[in-house]
Amino acid sequence: MTPLLELDDLRASFPGPDGPVEVLRGVTMSVAAGEKVALVGESGSGKSVTARAVLRLDRDASLSGRVLLDGKDVLGLSERAMRDVRGARIGLVFQDPLASLNPVMTIGWQIMQPLLIRGVKKKEARRRGVELLGRLGVRDADRRFDDYPHQFSGGMRQRVVIAIAVIAEPALLIADEPTTALDVRVQAQVLTLLRELAAERSMSVLLITHDLGIVAGFADRVVVMRHGAPVEQGVVDDIYARPQHPYTRGLLASVPRIDDDPSRRLSTVDEAALEGEVR
Amino acid sequence: MTAVTGVSALSVRNLVKSFGGRPVVKGVSFDLAPGEVLGLVGESGSGKSTVARCVARLTKPDSGEIRLGGRDVLGASRRELRTLRRDMQMVFQDPYSSLNPRMTAGALIEEGLLVHGIEPDRRKRRDRATALLETVGLSAADADRHPRSFSGGQRQRIAIARALAVEPKVLICDEVVSSLDVSVQAQVLNLFRDLRERLDLSILFIAHDLAVVHYLCDRVAVLDQGSLVEIGPCGEIYRRPAHPYTRSLLDAVPVPDPAAERARQAV
Ligand SMILES: Nc1ncnc2c1ncn2[C@@H]1O[C@H](COP(=O)(O)OP(=O)(O)OP(=O)(O)O)[C@@H](O)[C@H]1O
Ligand SMILES: Nc1ncnc2c1ncn2[C@@H]1O[C@H](COP(=O)(O)OP(=O)(O)OP(=O)(O)O)[C@@H](O)[C@H]1O
Ligand SMILES: [Mg+2]
Ligand SMILES: [Mg+2]
Repeated sequence: MTPLLELDDLRASFPGPDGPVEVLRGVTMSVAAGEKVALVGESGSGKSVTARAVLRLDRDASLSGRVLLDGKDVLGLSERAMRDVRGARIGLVFQDPLASLNPVMTIGWQIMQPLLIRGVKKKEARRRGVELLGRLGVRDADRRFDDYPHQFSGGMRQRVVIAIAVIAEPALLIADEPTTALDVRVQAQVLTLLRELAAERSMSVLLITHDLGIVAGFADRVVVMRHGAPVEQGVVDDIYARPQHPYTRGLLASVPRIDDDPSRRLSTVDEAALEGEVR
Repeated sequence: MTAVTGVSALSVRNLVKSFGGRPVVKGVSFDLAPGEVLGLVGESGSGKSTVARCVARLTKPDSGEIRLGGRDVLGASRRELRTLRRDMQMVFQDPYSSLNPRMTAGALIEEGLLVHGIEPDRRKRRDRATALLETVGLSAADADRHPRSFSGGQRQRIAIARALAVEPKVLICDEVVSSLDVSVQAQVLNLFRDLRERLDLSILFIAHDLAVVHYLCDRVAVLDQGSLVEIGPCGEIYRRPAHPYTRSLLDAVPVPDPAAERARQAV
């Protein structure tokens, strides 16, 4: 079976003052239909660039390698064909929820757009939008549907962006840190919804997060990134029980746990010790 | 004014704020001692950022009293406000919109040193900015880059470096470590700990990660629909949460263990 999404030696570079800077150095990974894959790793390792490369959103990035969606390489598509892919097949939640919302349009209007574009009647779109927002744990969703983004709290905006991404039932959801602004209860509610969508409609999810507690409960598989490439990938239980790469081990050891003794200083990944082993 | 202020670095009394007639903060009071870190937790939309914005005088509360080291914040004149702004820095929940896209990372960090006349010498300013970049795990070369070209976690660290540059007495942090990988997060949390020890920095620390709050904060305050329902030492509240809302929050904390998480979802 061909995976829904397959990245094959994906490379990306940006123009820098002294020539191009390579930020993705060969990302190879895949997401099967209905599968939930977590992308974790160091800040600046290239997780968001990878997500945006799938949709070719960084105009100043030069990309090489292959990005196969249903077996078709999207890096070769025309800009026009790309637009259809973006809207129809993939829902994307940006790391930056505020910037992806239009400040002068109501949140309801923005949530309904993906449905209205597909010819769903306004009344029906509104009903589904309100229902979805409610399932995402927004209180008084009906009354707040006509609010503007600035009237919403950080976590409420984050859920609006998630609603926009999933309302039109994409085959693949790419969610970049979708729960960073959510308290643990709402976070659990949002993850439950995503899990249900993955199961009911066999939606695939590529979840970018740094929260290893979330990964443990959500993902089927984990890809660990560092310096622009995966250093380790595997089934979630294996990665947690038997991390192979020293960076993964360091990452797992740095997680603060609620049952820890707070007087113990948190450890960080020991870069110096790693350098000997990496590359 | 007879400022009988005791030792509070920050004191907030009966803070009230509503939007369009809808009360959002309903009489919140708390104190922050010098060198103390107070966690502020609560459901999304419970009013945490609104409290923070009122304290930093970015939003005008309907009523209440805010004192910074004994000085009245709400009634401050424009001149007084300048010193207050230096003594109290805020790092926003949204690091993207709070960084001027046209400035370089270096200039963003140096701005406060310049505006408040802390470091008139250009070279020294630059050196301090570089040192701060390194403290938050970035490098000197990053000083010339613009916010847009940084990753999410890198931008958040620039915002933190910028706030720390002026050596404030009180730091208000609104979800500032939530988008950092755990290793960088540990680095920043350890930095905050060192600063409070060394400089008596007080921090109002808004976060949803209760394990992080446990690690960093002395006390924690729980906000529920605009009211503080519980406040006290972390250890005590985590062991014996008095309020059902606090209990439900603690129960929902995910643990980095796949089998344990699956078992919990099954119930
Ligand atoms: N437009 C750009 N121009 C130049 N460099 C960029 C650009 N966008 C990203 N980068 C660099 O590419 C690297 C990868 O960035 P990316 O945003 O993918 O990191 P990330 O893994 O998502 O990190 P975080 O966890 O902090 O969000 C970083 O070093 C970043 O500085
Ligand atoms: N400018 C505004 N106009 C109208 N309502 C607002 C405004 N700012 C905030 N609110 C409302 O006030 C309530 C509290 O918002 P606030 O941003 O303080 O919540 P929060 O606790 O920080 O939530 P989060 O954890 O999601 O960031 C929310 O219902 C929000 O919609
Ligand atoms: Mg990112
Ligand atoms: Mg907030």
